[in-house]
Amino acid sequence: MARVLVVDDDQALSEMLGIVLRAEGYEALFCDDGSKAQGIFKETKPDLVLLDLMLPGIDGIEVCKRIRSESGVPIVMLTARGDTLDVVKGLESGADDYIVKPFKPKELVARIKARLRKDDVKAESLTLADLTIDVLGHSVKRDGKEISLTPLEFDLLLALARKPWQVYTREQLLTDVWHYRNPADTRLVNVHVQRLRSKVEHDPENPEIVMTVRGVGYKAGP
Amino acid sequence: MKFFYQFRQAWNKSLSLRIIATTFIVSTILVTIIGLILINRVSSGILTSKESSSITEASSAINEAQKVVTATDTGAGAPNISTVVDTAVTALAVRAGQSGLFDVLFLASSDISKQGLPERGTNLVAENSVSEDLRSRVEKTEKLLWAYTEINYLDGRKIPGLVVAAPIKINNVGNYSLFLLFPLDKEEETIGIIRSAVLATGIFLIFGLLILVWYLTRSVLSPVRKTAEAAERLRMGLLNERVPVSGEDDLAKLAGSFNSMAASIQQQIGQLEQMSRMQKRFVSDVSHELRTPLTTVRMAADVLYESRDQYTGETARAAELLSTQIERFEILLSQLLEISRFDAGVADLSLNMVNIKDVIEKTADSLSNLLAIQETPVVITGSAPEIELDQRRIERVLRNLISNASEYGEGKPIEVEIGSDEDTIAVVVKDKGPGLKPGESSLVFNRFWRADPARARTTGGTGLGLAIALEDARLHSGWIDVWGSPGKGTMFRLTLPRIAHKAISSSSLPLGTGSEEKYELDMSALQEMLDPESKIAKP
Repeated sequence: MARVLVVDDDQALSEMLGIVLRAEGYEALFCDDGSKAQGIFKETKPDLVLLDLMLPGIDGIEVCKRIRSESGVPIVMLTARGDTLDVVKGLESGADDYIVKPFKPKELVARIKARLRKDDVKAESLTLADLTIDVLGHSVKRDGKEISLTPLEFDLLLALARKPWQVYTREQLLTDVWHYRNPADTRLVNVHVQRLRSKVEHDPENPEIVMTVRGVGYKAGP
Repeated sequence: MKFFYQFRQAWNKSLSLRIIATTFIVSTILVTIIGLILINRVSSGILTSKESSSITEASSAINEAQKVVTATDTGAGAPNISTVVDTAVTALAVRAGQSGLFDVLFLASSDISKQGLPERGTNLVAENSVSEDLRSRVEKTEKLLWAYTEINYLDGRKIPGLVVAAPIKINNVGNYSLFLLFPLDKEEETIGIIRSAVLATGIFLIFGLLILVWYLTRSVLSPVRKTAEAAERLRMGLLNERVPVSGEDDLAKLAGSFNSMAASIQQQIGQLEQMSRMQKRFVSDVSHELRTPLTTVRMAADVLYESRDQYTGETARAAELLSTQIERFEILLSQLLEISRFDAGVADLSLNMVNIKDVIEKTADSLSNLLAIQETPVVITGSAPEIELDQRRIERVLRNLISNASEYGEGKPIEVEIGSDEDTIAVVVKDKGPGLKPGESSLVFNRFWRADPARARTTGGTGLGLAIALEDARLHSGWIDVWGSPGKGTMFRLTLPRIAHKAISSSSLPLGTGSEEKYELDMSALQEMLDPESKIAKP
């Protein structure tokens, strides 16, 4: 049973989230204060974090950075603002996905499921440029040294590496990696490609592994 | 002609040009008249006194000459006529002295001159210095005659002069005419000096006057101009604009009144802005604060809705109503938020090169459920080149226009036409519904306005859709306008610039049925239509 940590200061919403999560068969854990979030995260080691951006104590973006600094655990932000800057800041600080309040329980569950989804994979090893990707072991190595990627970044790299001849549009990546069924925010792709590049590229300014195809999308290089 | 036109324009525009030009013309006329009178009086005074002194001198000189002639003539042994003439001329030359008071022409009368009688002149005076007319008149008179003339010398010199003439009788010979020529070159010179002095004074006076007038105009006009400029800047929204006040004169009073007016305007605008800001802030805060509880309520409602099978009929229906109405509430809230973002001026564009036809097809696709329910086909015609636009916003605009057309279109086909020209692309969405009543076209973009309040709200429209669509178009530097008449349906026209943010003033598709419909748009009316608060100037 997957465990979801809900970091939100609104008690009613937390409780409601708990009801919905339990109905879907998840175990819900709660934290109502940003400053306690990291401690509780370490203690409980959840499989996914639902994080409100507006928190007393430390704000959601800071919490997101701290959790991301020690774990690749999927983080889904809850944002009350449609403010574009806030969303980008949250994604850049390491959140995998976001959902705008008010949302339907089904949307929330779909987001959580997408992030917790474990595809049936067979033992498989791929190479992309000088990277070796171990699909079953969820690891990426360069010259025998492991590069630490979050599950989302790994999925993104894997999607590109599996079909190095194909140019992926942002919308395709949103479907394949984020498992969105409806059109979604393409900035998710942009931000995470940047994060992935900063980890796997020799020079993120001149990418050789995740290439941009102007006006279309991305493809695995070279 | 063109120059004249430009001059007319400058003349009408510049007060100081008018004042200076008028001053120049009037003062030139006055100075010319005064100068002419002055020169005339002075020169006639000089000449009159010279004339009288010359005549006095001449009459005594002529008397003397007559005496000399008579004395010589009556001497023993009648002397040679040449000697008589020479004696007289020498006597006169002595009288005229070194300074050359006058020159002498001693000529034989015409009736005797043929006899080869001697004639004399002094200092190379030429005979033609005396006009024929004067010569003939002297021969017929006994008196002194005088006239102004030009004294010609044999060496070519010519100077102005006064000639005094009298007949001299020489016994046994006949009448001689004596001409005394008084040179007036000194007087002429004096008059010349006076004339140039008067001219210089006149020019100096006009110049001085012009400078004075220019200075005065400037010192009066420059505060007025400054005030006008300040008023213009104030109009542009620079509410801190003030005019410097110096002294206590009328101009200072003008500046003072202007400043207090500006201060009062600034204060009132400040108050209005403050109120408007507070109100917008309030709307935005309320919308934000509502979101968290709304999320909880929404989830609760969904949980109830999902398990409605477990309830009895009425409770199940209540759960259904709760769920659908929360959905409506949510749309309203998100539109309010959108509007408050426009009002607060924080809405921004994310531009991409997009083909508008794709957007229209995509929008029609996403509305296919609704269109199927209304049994309304959508016919898309025309095409346009790709332009930069914010796809999310334009999709929202088109969704709004198409769903609106399907709501009012009574199942008749919706025509969507795309057009483009050099500057713009346009999309016209046309339904064949009941159309708009006269006067309604200016209301459709008003927030919460409905064509018919009693109408069933089939699509659950919030009344904010068109207001948001208009704001979206305006954010692209475009606009939406509408045409409709009863029984002929309604047309909405979205016009966007082909180059992002370029100001446009006409559309590439006509609006309305007849060709007499104007393409051009009254921008001020549009502005008012777009923004009910546009009357409040923004800083």
